[in-house]
Amino acid sequence: MSAIGANAYLLRKLLVVALVMFGFGFALVPLYKKICEVTGINNIARADTVENSQVDTSRWLTIELDANTRDHLPWTFAPLQKTVRVHPGQLVHVEYEISNPTGSAVTGQAVPSYGPQLAGSYFRKLECFCFTQQQLAAGETRRMPVVFVIETGLPDDVKTITLSYTFFPVEGRG
Amino acid sequence: MEAVQGHDDHSHDHGHGYQGGLMRWITTTNHKDIGTLYLWFAFIMFLSGGVLALTIRAELFQPGLQIVEPEFFNQLTTLHGLIMVFGAIMPAFVGFANWQIPMMIGAPDMAFARMNNWSFWLLPPAGLLLFGSFLVPGGAAAGGWTLYAPLSVQLGMGMDLTIFAIHIMGASSIMGSINIITTILNMRAPGMTLMKMPMFVWGWLVTAYLLIAVMPVLAGAVTMLLTDRHFGTNFFNAAGGGDPVMFQHIFWFFGHPEVYIMILPAFGIVSQIIPAFSRKPLFGYASMVYAMSSIAILSFVVWAHHMFTVGMPAAGQLFFMYATMLIAIPTGVKVFNWLATMWRGSMSFETPMLFAVGFIFVFTMGGFTGLILAITPVDIQLQDTYYVVAHFHYVLVAGSLFGIFGGIYYWLPKWTGHMYDEKLGQIHFWLSIIFFNLAFFVMHFLGLAGMPRRVPDYATQFAEFNMIATVGAFGFGLSQLLFLYVVLKCIRGGAKAPARPWEGSDTLEWTLPSPAPYHSFETPPVVK
Repeated sequence: MSAIGANAYLLRKLLVVALVMFGFGFALVPLYKKICEVTGINNIARADTVENSQVDTSRWLTIELDANTRDHLPWTFAPLQKTVRVHPGQLVHVEYEISNPTGSAVTGQAVPSYGPQLAGSYFRKLECFCFTQQQLAAGETRRMPVVFVIETGLPDDVKTITLSYTFFPVEGRG
Repeated sequence: MEAVQGHDDHSHDHGHGYQGGLMRWITTTNHKDIGTLYLWFAFIMFLSGGVLALTIRAELFQPGLQIVEPEFFNQLTTLHGLIMVFGAIMPAFVGFANWQIPMMIGAPDMAFARMNNWSFWLLPPAGLLLFGSFLVPGGAAAGGWTLYAPLSVQLGMGMDLTIFAIHIMGASSIMGSINIITTILNMRAPGMTLMKMPMFVWGWLVTAYLLIAVMPVLAGAVTMLLTDRHFGTNFFNAAGGGDPVMFQHIFWFFGHPEVYIMILPAFGIVSQIIPAFSRKPLFGYASMVYAMSSIAILSFVVWAHHMFTVGMPAAGQLFFMYATMLIAIPTGVKVFNWLATMWRGSMSFETPMLFAVGFIFVFTMGGFTGLILAITPVDIQLQDTYYVVAHFHYVLVAGSLFGIFGGIYYWLPKWTGHMYDEKLGQIHFWLSIIFFNLAFFVMHFLGLAGMPRRVPDYATQFAEFNMIATVGAFGFGLSQLLFLYVVLKCIRGGAKAPARPWEGSDTLEWTLPSPAPYHSFETPPVVK
């Protein structure tokens, strides 16, 4: 092979490497998702399982329920009760109500957060409207449940947990 | 046939393709011209990025807000980082590669001369986009040079300009790297086996592979940002099922190898200078090559040490902590080899050697603070404090930049044909190293005491150290004007440089006359 031919050959090979790495950058997205799924690192949007069903009746916890919308999502969104008193280990059922007062269908996704942050890892949600996107037709109102258990291992100094949901609009889904 | 006749019409000093004036620089395909362009571009970017840094330091001279608004302060820190990394350090090393690699391996030019021209001329538009972004509504990108989502998804138009600038600079780097790899692998003089190559060439070969592997990943990451911003995708948007932490994972998959991209060529330069001024061959040549390669390979498995606080499981933290600490081994091999090269050498301390020894001293300090930051529990305490700022300026300014200064003084006689002013060069070194430490050493204390980075105001307890740091930063910045003067003086005149001005230097470029002729090694030398 001539010198110029050899250079052009190597150029093509290295270009392919660069292109493959560009694709690899995008492949990292499903790759990381898969790793998180397998190892259970990032399971905020997945139903938990509860192993210990022992109820610790000696302790009372106050769960404050909070609801917000962001980025001009034109929904009204509120829990049916502001607070609930529960025991650790007890199966709790609460409901939220969302309504879409606009004249067109809108899709949103709720993202939970916890105060104190530490309580999040003891909060086991068996069912939640935040596991999937919610599409509301024009003028539709919907009641949605959250079923959860607070694990008994929750540190003693935590007396109140705030469960806060924020609904974000999902663009391009009507 | 006409082309061949045309060739003869030109002055044989310069050969074909030579044009005078501005068009020479725009159309040039000569590796020495392009190297010069890269180096001047890098220097202009270095001064511009330096002005941004000095504005930051001026604001931080006293607690409270005096000079700039917090929003603008955020733009300054962001653009200072981006410009220094992509505009100054990386192009400077590519400038060295262009000038030196063909001369050091006995090749007539780079493998793809026209692509070389294009690689360079992509950079000024990218630089303009970055600086131009200050003028658009909302100002420049202000989320830090790491462009973390969600801020980078939400920021204004300046972010789009930054994304395009990164695309362009990425394309430039990838083309440059392809050129460098092809030149090194295909165009070495007969007899120069890979394990006979000068260490600078080795440093760049490894760096170029790193660049090809990770620049496309960064391009992918900013493309995802762009589509999240404008085309309704949800890579990093939590509401749409994306994940902002994902951006950090992808960014640092690029970002950590990038750190070594910015230091391996400096390792190469220092490995040329130390033997030359110790008048001894480099100690442990093969181990140096293996050390550099292992640093490069390890750099792909340590990225998450930048993100210990994102909520990683303990197993992940342990893995990334130990993997990071592992890098200290090949780095230690290099440092000890340099020391062993100097051991019992007949050393002399001209400016290049001063910068090389200064490099080892301050870079090692930065390496040690890096080891401290690699310890997960310590890092969680120090994350985003001035300790981190001190650490990466020790390895990037005192590491990469001092390597660049050393290399420029070392090869300036070959490039210009004149000796630089030795006395002024040494003054430049001493001013640089004293003011550098004045500016950055105190930042360790600030960080340990908890001062957060990227914030324009601070608690009064930090006032004294910040004042010292600002004085040091201005001293360091002004000292670089002396460097500019020394370089200009050397270009314009000075003692005639012999072909081999440094007694202990033995690589191929010193067999050429000084200044190096416009076309060199058209018939390859034979390496025994």
